[in-house]
Formats: sequence, C-alpha cells, structure tokens
Amino acid sequence: MKKRSEFLNGAVSGIPIALGYLSVSFGFGIMAVSAGLTLFEAFMISLTNLTSAGQAQGVLVIASGGTLIEMALVQLVINIRYSLMALSLSQKLDKSFTFPHRLLAAYGITDEIFAVCSTKEGTLSPSYMYGVITVSTAGWVLGTFLGGAAGELLPKAISSALGIVLYGMFIAIIIPPAGKHKNILFVVAAAAAMSTAVHYLLPSVSGGFSVILCGIAASVLGALIFPQKDEEAEK
Amino acid sequence: MSIAIYILVMAGVTYIIRMVPFAFFRKKINSVFLKSLLYYVPYAVLSAMTIPAIFYSTGNIYTAIAGTVVALILAYFDLPLIVVALSASAAAFIIGIVFGIVPL
Repeated sequence: MKKRSEFLNGAVSGIPIALGYLSVSFGFGIMAVSAGLTLFEAFMISLTNLTSAGQAQGVLVIASGGTLIEMALVQLVINIRYSLMALSLSQKLDKSFTFPHRLLAAYGITDEIFAVCSTKEGTLSPSYMYGVITVSTAGWVLGTFLGGAAGELLPKAISSALGIVLYGMFIAIIIPPAGKHKNILFVVAAAAAMSTAVHYLLPSVSGGFSVILCGIAASVLGALIFPQKDEEAEK
Repeated sequence: MSIAIYILVMAGVTYIIRMVPFAFFRKKINSVFLKSLLYYVPYAVLSAMTIPAIFYSTGNIYTAIAGTVVALILAYFDLPLIVVALSASAAAFIIGIVFGIVPL
C-alpha cells in the first residue's frame, strides 16, 4: 500500500483550518477595504502576515495614520504569543528540519497551525508543515480577496454585520478557558476593564497603544497574582 | 505615509517574532514570571482588542451588542470558533433588519 506523502498529510490536516480562515478573512477583507485600503493592499497584508488579530489592529493603525513605531509595537505585543509557539514547536522538529527550512516554515506559525502541528504524533517534518501552511494560507488569502471584492457589492446590512466576525472569533478563543480557569478570567476581565477605561477616560491614547498598555498590564498582574507552574502553562 | 511601508513593518515584525525562536532558540525559559507573562499575553491582548472595540464594529451599537451577547453565550458553551463568529454576525444582521436600524 502506498503511503501518502507527508506534504499531502499536512495538506489534509490544513483543510479545516482553511475553511475557518476563509470566513474570518472574508470579514477582514471587508474591514480592510472599508477602512480605505485597496483590494491589493488587503490581499498583500494577508499574504505577508497570516494572522488575524495583528492584521485587524494593523489596519486600524493605518486608518488612523499611526506611526511606524506604533505599528511595530502593536504587532510585537499582539503577536508575541507566536514566539512561545515557535519555541514549543522547535522542540518537536525532526532531523530533516534544517536551518533554511526553519526560516521558511516560521512564516506559517499561527494559533491554528500550531495547534495542528504540535498535537501531531511523533516528530514534525518540513513537508508536513508546508502542507498545512499551504492549504491554510490559500484559505486565508482567498477569503481576504473575496471579502475585499464583495464587500462593496454586498448590501450595507450584511457588510456592516460582518464587521463583528473577527471579534466574535476572539470571544470564542478567550471565553472557554476563562470559564474554566479563574486566573485567565481575571486577566481577561482586567484587560477589558482597563481597555474600556482608557477608551473613555483617555481618548487621546490610540487604539493600538491602548491594546499594548492594557495587554501588558493585565498580563503582568496575572503573572504576579497567579504565577503559572510548568504543567499548567502547557495547557 | 505609504501603505506599502506600513505593510512591510507589519510583516517584518510578525515574521521576526516567529522566526527567531523557531530558528535560533535552543534553551528553555526557566523564569516562572516570564513563562506566566507569556502565557497570559494572548488572553489579555485579545480581551483588550475586543472590549470596547466590538461595540463599534458594526457601525451601530445596538446591533453590535446583540452580536456580542450571542457570541458570549455560544462561546461559553464552547461552540467552534466559526460558529460563534458567524452567529454573532447573524445576530447583528437580524437585529439591524428587524428593528429597521440598518437599511437592507
């Protein structure tokens, strides 16, 4: 019996990710174009960044005419979790994962791709990871393109309602663990409270910086009050 | 400022964040504080990004509140990301139409 190639295995694992990405990036495409970006710019952001939260906040920074420093810091804080995932994945790579492969595959470390790759049995090969990344990225950029292109054609009632899609996904990520662990609930509530306070009490602070400040402050509070032991941090 | 430069900075920073630990890092982080901090950052950042921005995401605060409530309830019951996200959007759409807030 012929064994399926590692690339194909990865590609198959990537299909559910691609379907999820398709609809979320559709929302991103609409959001980016309605914020004043061209379809090509929205497409390029998705192709080069491959991340939902960072892209959404990045578009807001562009739309509000923020500085490049703000843009860099926003991306750093929002996406720093990928460093942790990259670190964790790096322990699992097989011998064929040479330095050039690592440079290339690093591009595709997202929450969902990390989840699939890190839970795969055994070691991780470049081919498998490329399979997952290729299919997932295709879904992400296609959705962005369709959303950006269709956004203007859709009735206002639909396109405006789709503006909430990305935020709905964020809620779906943070609420289940917050319901199960009081330390996460604390961090989530603290961040939301601070962000609301900054928004209404300090309106001159831009959205990007508010996310950085509140995100770090709530995480520091969490780390001080509820330090994580090794096993818990793995979850 | 040119949008291309913004995109370059976005993509560059995001890539470096992924690449450096993946390609170079070989040691384990031992500081409990640092590990805890990294563990909490995604939750804190997503929460700060979502609240209060979600209430302005549909252009109307009432349709946005409807979407938020639906998302919170479905997320609490651990439904898949995509179900939660699209249901939030559907709720905002329906409230907008039913109450004539947003013209079809």
